[in-house]
Amino acid sequence: MTGVRAVAAVVGRELRTEWRDRSRVGGLFVYGFALVLALAFAMPGPHMLPDLAGGALWLGLVLASTRALDASFATELEHGALEAMLLWPVPPAAIFYGKALANTIVLLMVACFLAPIVGLLYHPEPRGSLWMLPLVMVAGCMALAAPGTLVASLTSRARGSSALLPVLLFPLVVPVLLASARATTLLLEGDPMNQADDWLGVLVVFNLLHWSLDALLFERVIDEG
Amino acid sequence: MPVAATDAPSSPPVSTLVVDDLSRRFGRRWALARVSLTVPAGGGLLLLGANGSGKTTLLRTLATALRPHRGSASLGGRDLWEDRRALRPRIALLTHAPGLYADLSAAENLRAWAAMGGHAVDAAARLAEVGLTDAADRVVRTFSAGMVRRLALARILLKSPDLVLLDEPFSALDPEGRAVVAKAAQAVRARGATLVLSTHHAPLAASLCDQAIRLHEGQIVWRGAPDDPQAAVPADGALV
Repeated sequence: MTGVRAVAAVVGRELRTEWRDRSRVGGLFVYGFALVLALAFAMPGPHMLPDLAGGALWLGLVLASTRALDASFATELEHGALEAMLLWPVPPAAIFYGKALANTIVLLMVACFLAPIVGLLYHPEPRGSLWMLPLVMVAGCMALAAPGTLVASLTSRARGSSALLPVLLFPLVVPVLLASARATTLLLEGDPMNQADDWLGVLVVFNLLHWSLDALLFERVIDEG
Repeated sequence: MPVAATDAPSSPPVSTLVVDDLSRRFGRRWALARVSLTVPAGGGLLLLGANGSGKTTLLRTLATALRPHRGSASLGGRDLWEDRRALRPRIALLTHAPGLYADLSAAENLRAWAAMGGHAVDAAARLAEVGLTDAADRVVRTFSAGMVRRLALARILLKSPDLVLLDEPFSALDPEGRAVVAKAAQAVRARGATLVLSTHHAPLAASLCDQAIRLHEGQIVWRGAPDDPQAAVPADGALV
């Protein structure tokens, strides 16, 4: 119970800090918007756009996530709060889960902002089970946040962390990008073979692995002394 | 009472600090070299030395933020590094990095840290103790360096620690702020906690401690009483 309270306290503090400095989330919105807009204009013909809606949404989210994750640890490092937290009576796993949950919520906010923009720019013609789309978005954002929080903790104290983070994170989240984009496309375009469930299953397994193992690795990363 | 390098007693009081041959390096450079000392429970140790002499490294190692590369330190007979998870709630460290969230107010910072530690806090009372009542709702980003220092002190004392480590606690403070820190340090010792304090201004801290050491290039080069005239001499490594 103490651990759950500690996680809730970390999430609450993270979100309160985000709310106070709304420029960070605002920057993510602008960044994601610019990406999906540029991609839409780069396509040779408008007939291709509906097929690319899912991919554009998740490409924008994956790229925006690196900025979000890097910034989440910058806040901790600004006044030595990460070390202070480590020396505080709070389990490292609670710090990890608190930060990963807060990062998931931030990414979901970006996803909710980008989804209607992608709808406007790419004109998808929904023919699938749209009710599953929120599930894919939640599972995809969680699958980006867990390994992202771990890798950001690793790179945050390194020189050039902004460049290092995507280099280390992208190979890890390739399955997330593929599964999320494919599931979203199937749900939008129609899924006669019921393949979306399988891709959602990939995301669930990815989440189970990373939300359990990464918490253990996080402890080693931040408490190396 | 001079600092003595001794073996740990068989059943030391809960906050007795024993440091034995403690060393820590960064790369190839030893920032702390074979430091041994004992501070009895409720005692106060004054750390003196020039910038880069190893004071902060010693304090951070005692706080378990750094792993010693050689030797050991114990609190109440328990090894600091091996038992760090259990001991961290009993150790408070004040450094130049205040461990505060700049976009939260002073009261929100204290409440957030208390919540992460699993307990509630009377933020108003804690802020009153460090003279920040009027700034309770101000965002920390707008604070002066001295106000940040005071708030950081209030934050670390939320834990009611057995070992309090203060790194240059008087820096950036006006006379009123220095009095606040001195009062807090006296209160720490009055309730039986052990105090280790580093400063460049020995006279300010002499009354708070009963032992003093001077570090130079990571080694102890002088031991004595805090009110010893030598304690007030600026460190240049010649005082052995």
